[in-house]
Amino acid sequence: MQKKIILPLTDADLDSLKAGDRVLLSGTVYTARDAAHKRMVDQEKEGIPFPIDVADQVIYYTGPTPAKPGEVIGSAGPTTSGRMDLYTPRLLEKGLKGMIGKGYRNEEVKAAIKKHRAVYFGAVGGAAALIARSIKAVEVIAYEDLGTEAIRKLTIENFPVFVINDVHGGDIYEQGVAQFRQDH
Amino acid sequence: MKEIHYQAIVEEVSEMCKRANYDLGDDVYTAFKKALSAEKSETGKEVLTQLIDNADIAKAERVPMCQDTGTAVFIVELGQDCHIKGGSLIDAINEGVSKGYGEGYLRGSMIYNPLNRKNTGNNTPAIVHIELVEGSELTLHMTAKGGGAENMSAMKMLKPSDGMEGVKDYILSIVKVAGPNACPPLVVGIGIGGNFERCTYLAKKSLFRSVGERNEDPAVAELEEELLNEINRLGIGPQGMGGSTTALDVKVEVESCHIAALPVAVNLNCHASRHQTTTL
Repeated sequence: MQKKIILPLTDADLDSLKAGDRVLLSGTVYTARDAAHKRMVDQEKEGIPFPIDVADQVIYYTGPTPAKPGEVIGSAGPTTSGRMDLYTPRLLEKGLKGMIGKGYRNEEVKAAIKKHRAVYFGAVGGAAALIARSIKAVEVIAYEDLGTEAIRKLTIENFPVFVINDVHGGDIYEQGVAQFRQDH
Repeated sequence: MKEIHYQAIVEEVSEMCKRANYDLGDDVYTAFKKALSAEKSETGKEVLTQLIDNADIAKAERVPMCQDTGTAVFIVELGQDCHIKGGSLIDAINEGVSKGYGEGYLRGSMIYNPLNRKNTGNNTPAIVHIELVEGSELTLHMTAKGGGAENMSAMKMLKPSDGMEGVKDYILSIVKVAGPNACPPLVVGIGIGGNFERCTYLAKKSLFRSVGERNEDPAVAELEEELLNEINRLGIGPQGMGGSTTALDVKVEVESCHIAALPVAVNLNCHASRHQTTTL
């Protein structure tokens, strides 16, 4: 079954999403990966606020390829989320409601997802040309000097994801492997 | 003595970089189709369907299949009777990478220094391994190696007493730990033997072989098939969400080593196994 969700995520959306669900997301998301996360959290310690208000927002971990002339963006698939784990609990504390990436989150992030009622979505790693078709508009918002790692505001339409970690503690990486593992 | 001009290498490398990133080889594409028909998980089938559609779009529109357009890694077979004119081979390869990644709208993913992390802007430097061979030809093997899978790769100096079972257990443990992070379905490259640095090189080199192609040594070929079967029993599946396709293939390279040693390296590759070969 495939659900369609218009962002921002509502409380009802968060309750209804279960690990393993296929979801098409539409609305606004912000891109940020390694360097942007590090700068946001480092600068906050020096008293400089985040360049975007993350409350109720969704962050997409991606560093797109350069856009060809006439295109809004190049290829833009998810990068490995675990590298953002160090910074993610602080963003969730500030009200971030969703993340799109790929790969494991650590225990601290999974606990923070439950505590702050958020959701971790996985997009298909390596399906970057396909995913780019669901990105309709792009605007650089902050950290332009970081190039591919700058913070961009994306307008997305029917962006395909799976729920990896839900508010109820569900985890498709654990559940899926348990279902298909053939013990030796 | 054959002469090859610097600029000819630049042009060829530039085209290889673009082709590698736009056009998933038939070997991987065929493996996707085969995996889709065999996959037991509905989620896994959806992932494989997206990957097939993605490869079609990338090829038709000449856009990169993945935003991680990789580190450009070359294995160069340089004939000892081949003379390169007009500049150095390494400079020519780097100029070709810079040209190809620039013209091709491919992402620059290389940084000057791992500690200060400033992007070089043109995906150089390439990583170049040169093997001196007989003859007068210059053969370039190139792969655009993704960072996610590279990060989950590992090597270990096992004890000779660990034997074949120890080798297999180690390889499976690395694939398990990698889980979804290395973007399965994987191509698993394995080096056994050599020494500390040679072993990791063997693992990388194995990934330049086409998916579906077995090692020429029947015993090694059998090991590849056995490992592929074992890895696909782990249940990790496409993108790690569960399923029967965790790896598309396993490649093993074996070489001599010291009486005290049993080095094993596991170089994981994501499904975007992008490799090109050209002879000049």
